[in-house]
Amino acid sequence: MQVNEYKPLIVAFCCNWCSYAGADLAGNNRLNYPADVKIIRVPCSCRVNPMFILRAFQRGADGVIICGCHPGDCHYTSGNYYTRRRMALLFSMLDYLGIERERTRLEWVSAAEGAKFAATMNDFAEKVAALGENKRLEDLRCKK
Amino acid sequence: MQKITRDTLVSKAVSLLENGTVDAVLGWGKGEFAYDVTPTVFETADEIRENFVWNDFCGANFSKYLVSKTRKLEGKILVFLKPCDTYSFNQLLTEHRFDREKVYVVGVPCEGMADISKVKAITGDGISAIDFTDNGLVITTLYDDEPKTVAYEDILAERCVNCKSKKHVAYDELLGETGEVLESARFDEVAKIEALTPDERFAFWQGELSRCIRCNACRDVCPACTCEKCVFDNPNSGAENKAPANSFEEQMFHIIRAFHVAGRCTDCGECSRVCPQNIPLHLLNRKFIRDIDNFYGEYQAGAEVGTRAPLVDYNLDDLEASDVFERRDSE
Amino acid sequence: MRKCSLSVLPALFAEIAKSNTLYIPASDNAGGAKFTKWEEGIQYLDTLNTVKSPKDFFFPHTEDLMEFKVTGKNIELFDIREESEDFVVFGVRACDVKSFDILDRVFLSDPVDSYYASRREHGVIISLACTRPAETCFCTTFGIDPATPAGDISAWKTEDALYLQANTQKGEALLSSVEALTEECDSTDVEAQQEKTRKIMQKLPLANLTTDSFGGGKTLELFDSPKWDELSEACLGCGTCTFVCPTCQCYDIKDFNTGNGVIRYRCWDSCMFSEFTKMAHGNSRLTQLERFRQRFMHKLVYYPENNDGLFSCVGCGRCLSKCPISMNIVKVMKALGGEKK
Repeated sequence: MQVNEYKPLIVAFCCNWCSYAGADLAGNNRLNYPADVKIIRVPCSCRVNPMFILRAFQRGADGVIICGCHPGDCHYTSGNYYTRRRMALLFSMLDYLGIERERTRLEWVSAAEGAKFAATMNDFAEKVAALGENKRLEDLRCKK
Repeated sequence: MQKITRDTLVSKAVSLLENGTVDAVLGWGKGEFAYDVTPTVFETADEIRENFVWNDFCGANFSKYLVSKTRKLEGKILVFLKPCDTYSFNQLLTEHRFDREKVYVVGVPCEGMADISKVKAITGDGISAIDFTDNGLVITTLYDDEPKTVAYEDILAERCVNCKSKKHVAYDELLGETGEVLESARFDEVAKIEALTPDERFAFWQGELSRCIRCNACRDVCPACTCEKCVFDNPNSGAENKAPANSFEEQMFHIIRAFHVAGRCTDCGECSRVCPQNIPLHLLNRKFIRDIDNFYGEYQAGAEVGTRAPLVDYNLDDLEASDVFERRDSE
Repeated sequence: MRKCSLSVLPALFAEIAKSNTLYIPASDNAGGAKFTKWEEGIQYLDTLNTVKSPKDFFFPHTEDLMEFKVTGKNIELFDIREESEDFVVFGVRACDVKSFDILDRVFLSDPVDSYYASRREHGVIISLACTRPAETCFCTTFGIDPATPAGDISAWKTEDALYLQANTQKGEALLSSVEALTEECDSTDVEAQQEKTRKIMQKLPLANLTTDSFGGGKTLELFDSPKWDELSEACLGCGTCTFVCPTCQCYDIKDFNTGNGVIRYRCWDSCMFSEFTKMAHGNSRLTQLERFRQRFMHKLVYYPENNDGLFSCVGCGRCLSKCPISMNIVKVMKALGGEKK
């Protein structure tokens, strides 16, 4: 194994009711996913303001993933439907500005889907690792 | 040249003021030169007769002023709105930003407004007089013996070249006739940028946005930006920043600015008009409009009062975020 | 006085750039001009005014002042300022040159702003006389002669030649370093050009603007004028006028948390902004009228009161062409009695 292998920093916004529990389940089942995935718990995926995502990139994240309940399963009935529209537009905008589209993702992970959580994170980390460091959205001041 | 004359607007304003229908008139006020028109609240007929201006430089969209002016004034205010301004007017009404009862809207037809920077690119600085004629603007400068005629098609503002509608969607009274919603090529430029490679797109926007001086004019003029306290002015938001920092900060500001008005932006083009650095900010807004049209069905903000903006609405079978690029690339 | 043919201009730039960083007006690719670092291929743009004034060279829009690191109960301070290098700015107009005097009085009086002072020491200004003033120009109102710009070196550009005249030691040193490219000459051509420019200045639409009703001591008379209400009526509260202004000098000092330390930086502030001079007790100017008034009272009354009658406006006309609602210092002055009858 290479010692200096590049490991991307991933920020995962997980909704409290489904995806965070899914991450918990992944842990309980001893499923592996990269330690560089930093989970931030939010009450609902629609709590994720686009600024959170941009701020994460500014402060050194190489990829940002938002995880919420499956459509129809939102604890608050409809939060994830709003998330879906917002993120579709935001991701498309980031792409328009020349940001690699693989750096952002939205996934639905239920509380029972520990395996999906781990698999999603592994896949996402791999895709982001292939892109290398996030240069386009970083805030140079945070590099010091 | 505008078909409707200044005299028509002035006599309308004066008569409505004098018969007590309105107590004040929001119109364009005379400047030092022919082109530097200032939005003005007129309270007497004499002021109107003396200082009211109507010409090809009356680009300012007055809709947003209604939010503050209806609060400040006791009575009713007359506002002149061009077709594209009426969309912003409706959008503000949809968001309950002012009392409709306190406003009297007079719709004015618009033949498209001139962009003074385009004029100066042709004639150079030192403009001493402008005559508005059927053939174009006749510009006299300090440096040329003969006045120069510039055709309207060469100096029309970008947003007017790509005018989306000549139809007034809100008015109490119309001067002249209203027009139709137009087929415009306003998304062509967006499509052109989409067709570039990611690296080219990044370079393009880097080039444009790095000129930003964070004056906030784009936000302050925007009829969709009417928050009482903007997130970028709020020291507790963590996003307040008066400075164009040496990194991603400007892009952050512009992405969020455009995002916050996505679905509510009527594409009036004021952001690009006021930018002191000529950043094509409308291309960010139009990107959102185009995506909304493609993903969720055609939607024109402000076309009607009371519609739900796409970002505060959803369908059960909406496009998944992961399918966005597939959808777009297959177009 | 020295002169060189315009065809020598690229060589002149190259020679200056050998030992200094050189900035010249060049296209900003958006219809405007900006001072751009000269290197092979950068074209000099014959423009009247750059969009942003050259005040950035001495008082940058944003600059890092220092850095802290906090570990436990210890705080470490780092001086992170970049060492100023010698630089030359070519093509600064008379109005902008005058603006440096105005900034100097603020930043170089006690206590001296060492960041500003260091850059001022390292900078050499080559000014350039105007030949085609715009309708928005009114520098003569403030006693500036656009045909005789100050600066370390004054320059005049005619159709075929560039004339250079050193005014300071720094200027002389720079001029002697390019001696091989220039030749001694008399001032006949320059004088002819000056004469012509001065004639144009008299014909400008704003030539009748005067400062007679302004200056120190006018605070009580002007502060409560009913005119402020209508003048500020349409103001959007954006910072355009203050950010393109060569003499606006307000700044804010802020901390930025980088995650592993704090950068204390300074950035331009604007009296037009709602959070201008906001402090612990709140905000001292709550309405746009008060903030708008502040800008013009500062330039036309407060500043001259504290600086021997010197006005803090140079008549460059940038706010006239850039204000989104076309409200500007000329309209304010005229409304408050600043027009010759």
